Amino acid sequence: MAKTLFDKVWDAHVVERLPDGTCVLYIDRHLVHEVTSPQAFEGLRAAGRRVRRPDATIAVVDHNVPTTDRQAGIKEADSRLQVETLERNVAAFGVPYIPLLDDRQGIVHIIGPEEGISLPGMTIVCGDSHTSTHGALGSLAFGIGTSEVEHVLATQTLLQRPAKNMNVAVEGSLPFGVTAKDIVLAIIGHIGTAGGTGHVIEYTGSAIRGLDMAGRMTVCNMSIEAGARAGMIAPDETTFEYVRGRPMAPKGEALERAIAWWRTLPSDPAAAYDKLVQIDAATIAPMVTWGTSPEAVAPITGAVPDPREVADEAKRAQMERMLEYMALRPGQKLAELAVDVVFIGSCTNGRIEDIRAAAAVARGRKVAPGVRALVVPGSGLVKRQAEAEGLDRVLTEAGFEWREAGCSMCLGMNPDKLTPGQRCASTSNRNFEGRQGPGGRTHLLSPAMAAAAAVTGRLADVRELAR
Amino acid sequence: MKPFTKLTAVAAPLPMANVDTDKIIPARFLKTIERSGLGVHLFDTLRYDANGSERPGFVLNQEPYRNAQILIAHENFGCGSSREHAPWALLDFGIRCVIAPDFADIFHNNCFKNGILPVRLPRAIIDQLMEDAKLGANSRVTIDLEAQEVVRPNGERIHFEIDPFRKKLLLEGLDDIDQTLQHAAAIDAYEAKTKRERSFIPGIEVCP
Repeated sequence: MAKTLFDKVWDAHVVERLPDGTCVLYIDRHLVHEVTSPQAFEGLRAAGRRVRRPDATIAVVDHNVPTTDRQAGIKEADSRLQVETLERNVAAFGVPYIPLLDDRQGIVHIIGPEEGISLPGMTIVCGDSHTSTHGALGSLAFGIGTSEVEHVLATQTLLQRPAKNMNVAVEGSLPFGVTAKDIVLAIIGHIGTAGGTGHVIEYTGSAIRGLDMAGRMTVCNMSIEAGARAGMIAPDETTFEYVRGRPMAPKGEALERAIAWWRTLPSDPAAAYDKLVQIDAATIAPMVTWGTSPEAVAPITGAVPDPREVADEAKRAQMERMLEYMALRPGQKLAELAVDVVFIGSCTNGRIEDIRAAAAVARGRKVAPGVRALVVPGSGLVKRQAEAEGLDRVLTEAGFEWREAGCSMCLGMNPDKLTPGQRCASTSNRNFEGRQGPGGRTHLLSPAMAAAAAVTGRLADVRELAR
Repeated sequence: MKPFTKLTAVAAPLPMANVDTDKIIPARFLKTIERSGLGVHLFDTLRYDANGSERPGFVLNQEPYRNAQILIAHENFGCGSSREHAPWALLDFGIRCVIAPDFADIFHNNCFKNGILPVRLPRAIIDQLMEDAKLGANSRVTIDLEAQEVVRPNGERIHFEIDPFRKKLLLEGLDDIDQTLQHAAAIDAYEAKTKRERSFIPGIEVCP
């Protein structure tokens, strides 16, 4: 029977299929961070269990950590306790760990691919919903809760039922100024935040195949924002080229054997999908969200929608609440909204390619008066690479802050937060109420668009700056 | 895990769609190394104003919903992050069952690990249950997991679907890990086989 990429990776990891269809699914890679693991290790301790495969597990701190002045340690007592707890746990259970002051430290979803920990054809889990990022390599990667973290630590498996297959095909070439972030925001706007529920999305089509690995990771990263269990892209030459030479990837003859297997993974031509969505790349413009759900998105050339035009009462009420929270009026032009803060970073857009895109816009310009603009590399190695290319100087000369690697202002659990009422142009993944700090107002967009917002002081069409 | 069998309780109406996990428990409260104690922060921004005072308009600040054990909500409940702190906060407040047209996948999964029953029912029925819930203490709802039924205050029985494996775990309060370890021999065999067939995949090692 013809199989999809998801079917093939799933089938290769089924340990046992139970009579009701639930599978014991083997997990190849388990990424662990400080926020969702303490209770899992505690559970192991209470039951007298060990970590079954320390050599398939990696731990790093990212959510809680400050992004400046690292040598001084972590000032917030509760954050420090979580970090110290992780350090105690990895020592006690023998789990490989990248410490805070190591150059390789960074956001878990940046360092997995960067270190060659995440590879095509693997099952990869982490107690974080943006684990879908790693699907860009052609792996099945998804977020799990803390009980499942404990389950994987103890058994290296999960009890799962297979997801349905969804194909999101983006065909054609991307217009000037349109990036991977705009593709995925357009997809979420099209199918909605629950459009992928119960499904694994495979992204196909020439616009997807044309993306570099960083762009593919941005797209897969936000699969969860469309409700999907995971996002995947078939491995190809771009993938193999990316993997080659990564520190923990196979090398030499082992890599050639690995690639031979990875070449068998793409969906069979006759494979059937439960859902198919087609998007014409040529119709996508630079996108920006206006509401408090990632599906509340429009082209930068658009305007804030009018709730009175929404027929469904519950949807209208929801839109009204969004506009009230975001302090927006129906009909306001998106490109006229002044911003207070710009955040460039996160597991969605914290890779070197993202920083290059931001720096290209910032070069020779200045951050607008009154705007605070942060650039937070996704890992210490991204930071070092950017500095080697002189991008840090371009950005700091323009007035951007250049910081240490971490989740930073994506989620308001470390010192980088919005204050109530601040409006932020952000390259992160969620614009939920209070996500970047209580009362903060988030507009999601691409790194180039974020840099354009920083230098103009408002949401701006990056295509106009480039002219 | 506390078994879930039958529950008769006050149901709180929360007529909102896309209730995300940041709304259920904002990220700043995730800095705990415990599972308990999160109930006081459940729905923090909906429940309290900037000074930390209760917002009287929010349902869980009203009698009899302070004692609600069932929550009725709209589409896509629990979307967003994988934080199990969301079901922990619900459970710590006292919620044992959430009824909605549909749920985000990870949240749905996490509920079962904590003895919380997520019930999917069509929107038209949710609308009826929402109206029932607005009547407060006089309209308690019964959830009978064995029979797979929600019993409305007027006695009407509504059938719901649930995965049989998960039903069994909930009814008996069984631990997932114990269940899986019954397959330990199969896991050993799988590992031995893939070690041969995919020997090209190295183990993780962080070099100094």
